Amino acid sequence: MKTLQQVKDELRQYNGKPIKIMEVCGTHTSSIFKNGIRSLISSKIQLISGPGCPVCVTSSSYIDKLVEYSMKEKHCVLTFGDMMKVKGSKLSLTGAKAAGGRVQILYSPLSAIQLAKDDENTKYIFAAVGFETTTPIYALMLEEIISNNIKNLKLLTSVKTIIPALQFICENEKNIDAFLSPGHVSVIIGSSAYMELAEKYQKPFVIAGFEGEHILAAVYEILSQLGRHQPEVKNLYVSAVSEEGNQKASALISRFFERTDDYWRGIGLIENSALRLREEFKEYDAGSSFEYREEHMPKGCRCTDVILGRISPEECPLFQTVCTPMDAIGPCMVSTEGACGIWYKNRERR
Amino acid sequence: MCVAVPGKIIEINGDFAKVNIMENITQANIKLVSVKVGDYVLIHAGCVIEVLKKDAAEEILWMFSELLEGMNEDTAASKG
Repeated sequence: MKTLQQVKDELRQYNGKPIKIMEVCGTHTSSIFKNGIRSLISSKIQLISGPGCPVCVTSSSYIDKLVEYSMKEKHCVLTFGDMMKVKGSKLSLTGAKAAGGRVQILYSPLSAIQLAKDDENTKYIFAAVGFETTTPIYALMLEEIISNNIKNLKLLTSVKTIIPALQFICENEKNIDAFLSPGHVSVIIGSSAYMELAEKYQKPFVIAGFEGEHILAAVYEILSQLGRHQPEVKNLYVSAVSEEGNQKASALISRFFERTDDYWRGIGLIENSALRLREEFKEYDAGSSFEYREEHMPKGCRCTDVILGRISPEECPLFQTVCTPMDAIGPCMVSTEGACGIWYKNRERR
Repeated sequence: MCVAVPGKIIEINGDFAKVNIMENITQANIKLVSVKVGDYVLIHAGCVIEVLKKDAAEEILWMFSELLEGMNEDTAASKG
């Protein structure tokens, strides 16, 4: 067996070609800081953040629609806490609440069922945002809405899928050598979901858990694959991720949702990158829209370059100067899972 | 948003289970998995999304033995 010390020594002493590894999960980004991973590896190995935060890539027109609902009489918007501070074209949900709108934070979408039962005079709109980890829970929520014949709870969806986004990056950002695949998205989609990408683009896709050892092992595995010119999918998070993923969850997603093109804030339109409610379940949709609308990022904001791994957050001129979590300009600073927010929070550890 | 935490199933009641997450007892929906009392599970947004198959220590040991295989392949490849 290779010891952790041997792995650390080899990673620190790596002196080959510079390599760029992209992580696409905010929890990985946080763990890299928490465990001081960058200080343990050679400066020739660059760890960069990709589109790992669904909140950051949600369009401002979607936020505007939530804000509008929150202000309507007898309406209430239900959301995860992450969504509260992200600005639409004018207001965030926090701003809407301050201006008299009704917004309530929930830990689980399933809690919305009881709320809707208890107050039939209020029309509840759930802000259904997320990647594949959260989508099956929206599907469970829909099952409950239907079985309980609930008429006052609908979903406004902005549900995205990670594989088309990774494909977009592989096609357009040629200098990324390998990917640290997201742990909890992979629980649902399975390790096999990355095989086509690994083969087509000849890049390693290594799935890892969130402990420091997991991430070091993943970086080592990537180096090893690149060294022997055999890029492939490798699952190092076997306690939770299987080859086929959670099939019950996937079947439930397919029952309620179908693929569609969608707009990713800061990136643009990505084909087949989102899930919308199937036609037969449209009565539970609160008017989700997938039409492309050109959106401009705030002046000077380089969130697009951050999301696509072209720069690290600290290379943005606004980072930490005028853009901070207390007064965020770009979406990556607002969310707790956004790359800029995580980099700011860990600024002492950089 | 994709944060998930591990916990242990301590009681099952229909579609829900009582779960111990770091000594906090909470309810989680179990419709996405097949579980039994005593299973370690991964919980996201009030739902169990997977049953954990190995414990953390076992997994780390397994991971490093896998890396040895990678190293052996590297050595074999370099010997041509």
